[in-house]
Amino acid sequence: MVIDSQKMKSLAEATSREDVAGRSLWADARRRFFSNKAAMFGLVLLVFVTLFALFGNYIAQWSNEEIDFSVMGMVAEQGGPSIANGHYFGTDDLGRDLFARTVQGTQISLAVGIIGSAIAVVVGTIYGATAGYFGGRLDNFMMRAVDILLAIPYMFVLILLLVMYGRSITMLFVGVGLISWLEMSRIVRGQTLTLKGREYIEAARAIGVPAPVIIRRHILPNLIGVVTVFATLLVPNMILTESFISFLGLGVQEPMTSLGALISEGSGTISYGTLWQLAFPLLFFVLTLFGFFFVGDGLRDALDPKDR
Amino acid sequence: MSRPLIEARDVRVTFDIRRPSDLPWTPPAQLHAVNGVSFSLEPGQTLGIVGESGCGKSTLARALIRMLPASGQVIWEDGTDLLTLSPRQMLKYRSQIQMIFQDPLASLNPRMTVGDIIAEPLRTHRPGMSSKERKEKVRSVMERVGLLPNQINRYPHEFSGGQCQRIGIARALVVEPKLLICDEPVSALDVSIQAQVIGLLEELRRDLGLTIIFIAHDLSVVKHLSDEVMVLYLGRMMEKACSDELFADPRHPYTQALLSAVPIPDPKIEKTKQVIPLEGDLPSPMAPPKGCVFRTRCPKTQAVCETVPEDRLRGDHHTACHLADQGVEA
Ligand SMILES: Nc1ncnc2c1ncn2[C@@H]1O[C@H](COP(=O)(O)OP(=O)(O)OP(=O)(O)O)[C@@H](O)[C@H]1O
Ligand code: SF4
Ligand SMILES: [Mg+2]
Repeated sequence: MVIDSQKMKSLAEATSREDVAGRSLWADARRRFFSNKAAMFGLVLLVFVTLFALFGNYIAQWSNEEIDFSVMGMVAEQGGPSIANGHYFGTDDLGRDLFARTVQGTQISLAVGIIGSAIAVVVGTIYGATAGYFGGRLDNFMMRAVDILLAIPYMFVLILLLVMYGRSITMLFVGVGLISWLEMSRIVRGQTLTLKGREYIEAARAIGVPAPVIIRRHILPNLIGVVTVFATLLVPNMILTESFISFLGLGVQEPMTSLGALISEGSGTISYGTLWQLAFPLLFFVLTLFGFFFVGDGLRDALDPKDR
Repeated sequence: MSRPLIEARDVRVTFDIRRPSDLPWTPPAQLHAVNGVSFSLEPGQTLGIVGESGCGKSTLARALIRMLPASGQVIWEDGTDLLTLSPRQMLKYRSQIQMIFQDPLASLNPRMTVGDIIAEPLRTHRPGMSSKERKEKVRSVMERVGLLPNQINRYPHEFSGGQCQRIGIARALVVEPKLLICDEPVSALDVSIQAQVIGLLEELRRDLGLTIIFIAHDLSVVKHLSDEVMVLYLGRMMEKACSDELFADPRHPYTQALLSAVPIPDPKIEKTKQVIPLEGDLPSPMAPPKGCVFRTRCPKTQAVCETVPEDRLRGDHHTACHLADQGVEA
């Protein structure tokens, strides 16, 4: 059939002259995400935990360093959760306010997770996209380096680093950041390789679009989905790593604390009947992890291009 | 005879193939994906390229526009050999040669609006254009290819396959190219939509005076669109002739076999027609048969076929077969 352009024209005029709004893949994904109950539940958890970390200190009656001498020495009997004396979550073994300590622990744990994940996003994406786009020898070299780094038992190295250079929060960030980008760079490289073979990239090359513009206009927007999902799922992993190190007693140093350190302390004193010292940090720990996992899963389902 | 718009002389593309089992110092195996293809195409003419899957049609198209390293010569109408240009010099010619791809949806970036997709060649080749002019141009091209201009802000996944191919055509035409390379533009579409898209291409060719290289894997599609037809097999030209002559008098056994498989609308002829079966599988392009590459499947093969046949000429009718000039009947 030969297109009757006259007909098309009148049709175009008959239907509204207004431009029709498009429904982008992002909008689709957003709608899928917001209609996913588990993801929304996770999001509520995360909002709650974040608000707690950001504004908990305004509610706390005590600072995280003050020792309440009225309960010191009688923590098991008097240090329990109580509205009356302002220790909403009770006190720790030394008589410090556990509410304030949990607020701080949540802050540190979230910071470790988010910063570790952010390092992974920046370093891993640049590294992986470079290796994937340019390919060949460079790709080979860069990815073999990642393989070698991944083969090193990083927990062992991290512990060595912390023992050698002393326990500091910077060291912890460095350590966590060093390992977190490896897996990310692999994923981004794989995705870049598949994108590079797509016909629309070939079309752009045939048109003569320069390589940096192709990366910016065609590759990065199509990488965002994968990177977001992986980064979201990386946060709880980083928090777990930090907690494990803290649990071993190598994490952040007093008077700072993290959820992992608090859980470690709480589990150490549980035989004295101070259950709250374990329960509250553990609750926030679990809420945070569940929140991130649910949101990450929801993002993955929402952004998955397969069930478009 | 006017000067050709584009002339290919002995174009060859060779891929180095490394198997995973190869050691780093073993020389890579060579795959001759395109092996000595020549043609010349005058302005306003259409060249149809036909061949089975994997015979090097896409590779040839990509070689012509410098997406792959190739040897030989590709002479543009101004006398430049495109294969010797630097990427920067090539840019000027890229706006004059545009391509349409096989998979309509896959050739459009899913995260860009139709307007941005069609505008991409303009952004690249007419950087001075204001965004308002660009939008106007995009709308008029959309209308030209039978898309509603008010769909400009929609995304590719909101369109059907045929509409996506129209978007691809609009993108190719927006910079007013001289040569349009269509790589199997309708293979992925339903038959009824195929006819619409081919109709559109015909109409555009007539109105815009486009020169077209039209790639397809079956002869019936190129039949009424092409002025000249080239049949490829394992990267080699088997036969090349003007369309009417090739269909009336196919001289290469491969072309004869392909043609015998094309259904004829007339039931009387269709009933008496003999289908020449192509026996055996397509040989691996890594290890093509010695001599005539079609030898392993040719119904008329002889001992002499173990030497490479030279091009037999009859007028402008090229045939790469020993038997061609002996006038053996099909
Ligand atoms: N980048 C590449 N590296 C190695 N081999 C390749 C490459 N691209 C194509 N080939 C090989 O070259 C040959 C020709 O491929 P090409 O894509 O040109 O075939 P085609 O005729 O377009 O087939 P189709 O009809 O399936 O599109 C095939 O054997 C293919 O495996
Ligand atoms: S040269 Fe021989 S094998 Fe090749 S097509 Fe002709 S007859 Fe067949
Ligand atoms: Mg192809």
